[in-house]
Amino acid sequence: MPNMRATRNEMPVQDPNVRNKNFKEVALGYTEEQAIDEAQRCLNCKNKPCVTGCPVQIDIPAFIAEVAKGDFAEAYKIITKSSSLPAVCGRVCPQENQCEGKCVRGIKGEAVAIGRLERFVADWHNAQPEAAVEKPASNGHKAAIIGSGPSGLACAGDLIKKGYDVTVFEALHVAGGVLSYGIPEFRLPKDIVQKEIEGLKALGVKVETNTVVGRTVAIDELMKEEGFETVFIGSGAGLPRFMKIPGENLSGVYSANEFLTRINLMKAYKEDSTTPVQHGKKAVIVGGGNVAMDAARCAKRLGADVTIVYRRTETELPARAEEVEHAKEEGIVFKFLTNPVEIKATDNGWVKSVVCQEMELSEPDASGRAKPVPKEGAFVEIEADCVIMSIGTSPNPLIKATTEGLDTQKWGGIIADDNGLTSKEGVYAGGDAVTGAATVILAMGAGKKAAAAMDEYMQNK
Amino acid sequence: MFEILEKRSLNPTVTLMKIAAPKVAKKAEPGQFIILRTDENGERIPLTIADFDRSAGTVTIIFQIVGATTEKLNHLNEGECLHDFVGPLGRATETEGLKKVAVVGGGVGCAIAYPVAKKLHDLGVEVHSIVGFRNQDLVILEDEFKAASSKFVLMSDDGSAGEKGLVTDALKKLIESGEKYDRVITIGPLIMMKFVCQLTKQYEIPTVASMNPIMIDGTGMCGGCRLTVGGETKFACVDGPEFDGHLIDFDEAMARGAMYKPFERKAHEETCNLFKEVK
Repeated sequence: MPNMRATRNEMPVQDPNVRNKNFKEVALGYTEEQAIDEAQRCLNCKNKPCVTGCPVQIDIPAFIAEVAKGDFAEAYKIITKSSSLPAVCGRVCPQENQCEGKCVRGIKGEAVAIGRLERFVADWHNAQPEAAVEKPASNGHKAAIIGSGPSGLACAGDLIKKGYDVTVFEALHVAGGVLSYGIPEFRLPKDIVQKEIEGLKALGVKVETNTVVGRTVAIDELMKEEGFETVFIGSGAGLPRFMKIPGENLSGVYSANEFLTRINLMKAYKEDSTTPVQHGKKAVIVGGGNVAMDAARCAKRLGADVTIVYRRTETELPARAEEVEHAKEEGIVFKFLTNPVEIKATDNGWVKSVVCQEMELSEPDASGRAKPVPKEGAFVEIEADCVIMSIGTSPNPLIKATTEGLDTQKWGGIIADDNGLTSKEGVYAGGDAVTGAATVILAMGAGKKAAAAMDEYMQNK
Repeated sequence: MFEILEKRSLNPTVTLMKIAAPKVAKKAEPGQFIILRTDENGERIPLTIADFDRSAGTVTIIFQIVGATTEKLNHLNEGECLHDFVGPLGRATETEGLKKVAVVGGGVGCAIAYPVAKKLHDLGVEVHSIVGFRNQDLVILEDEFKAASSKFVLMSDDGSAGEKGLVTDALKKLIESGEKYDRVITIGPLIMMKFVCQLTKQYEIPTVASMNPIMIDGTGMCGGCRLTVGGETKFACVDGPEFDGHLIDFDEAMARGAMYKPFERKAHEETCNLFKEVK
């Protein structure tokens, strides 16, 4: 009989007033007892509604059944049939809108904590002594993956398991894409990301860092001169957007990408880091997505009083519920219905304050969310010495500009069909490079779909 | 890992290194830059490509010792390796249709101005090079510039090398004497480029300035290198590093460039002390 308790097992976390001063992981993970108890809440539904909510279709009831029995190794095997990065997804997926959003237990209580169980299983596996990995037999076909973020790694993982010779090209000095430069240590420890990548390398995936495709090497060269039969473009949506308001280029104004890259990739939060980052006293973060939450919580940990300004209300915040909750617990102030119109400077060119227009909501816009409109004559000035713009990103134009015959949307996204095929034969694309900024798991789903299509293409060539 | 094949001191604070980086050498063009890290925990710093040899697979960098990372870089020797070396980044210098160009370099910026002068010279363009340094001890690449230019003017602040005065004085003199340039290319300290551009604007000579702002990834991702050009925000790493000098907001660029000065000064001192202790 399943455990019919309406509430899920609480996730043990670091105390908010302790964790808002360090960069260690916030959520500590279930114990074995908690995991087994939580797993026993699963009804093991025959029609598996949770699986329909999962972009990579993990057989969720099956792995949870193994956790309930205490067979964590078997649970891990089931998850990794569908996912190459379980330790990552268990931490950063917006489960409330996906698997857990479909969970039957959520109707009369709380959904089974599927994400926490996935994380538990992956962490359990990573804590075991490493077993010898069997490299899949090679089929002799070569595939190139551009970008080592979630979509690229998922694509690489599926192709290597099918026997392809896979090389991942990464522009930065470290693999992982947004998992390495974007999502902070306290939400996704970097040794976990590296461990997942090491796992792919052990299977035979080659990772070439310091290679900017479009500059160091072009896609056409990879295909014509280096023998890659297919290419997957998973270059993400890396280009930060700005508001185009006065004062945006003052000293002390960052894109969230820059602020987070300094902190996460370059470890600027550490005392002995060679890369600097401003330790603001009063930071204003503009935006309401996960990236805004990450930037706000980083600024807090560097010692700032932090205010998030968002032009809609709390209901419309696009960030994961848990991130918003954690941010609030850590003492971050939210100013809703507030939209910056100007950043003012001190005499020596530093940020002094942010002038914001007060907003109100009207009819829903194209995105389906209520549209914020300015409240005539209502302005508020917020004192700040650091401003972080977190209002979204666009795809990087470098690959489009250097690849003949690759069609893109007006806004820069690469045009690809449902299987990831682009306008260029043998070239596939997925993740943020196609959709614009989205989530880790959607990018992984796109990488997996493309891998299947690339497999078919190479087999029939 | 990228081996240092040759290391040469050009003056007390400027060093040349030839790095084994075949993939970068294969694609490099004058005007482009690379990003390097000296070690596993190093900072990423952009340096403009000073020269390259495609067949030997080498890229030459010339740097001034100004901060902790360049200090560390200068302590590496031939046979040792750089941890990371990525490029070529940015857009190459546009050379099409040019017939007569004045290349104006200042200080270590001359290391970047030189390959541009050389390429133009090789293309048959008439090149006048005007280079400025604080004093005789800091002069670099004099012979190289001479070989690539039909006219070469050396200026120094104290008159210890060439003529006493600023590069703008020399450029003005040449323009006034009737030299007609279809472009001026300027590379050096921001304040120098600002005044070169002010001068050429008076004479309506199209002018390109090579910018070297603070940068992390160099691929358009961080936006740290942004500057205002003609009222629009541009990223030096992907839209540049060269821009229309008459449209650049140099004052803003100077303020942004000074953002981490206190940190850099402290980090440099600490690194110097560290090397002293080792000795």
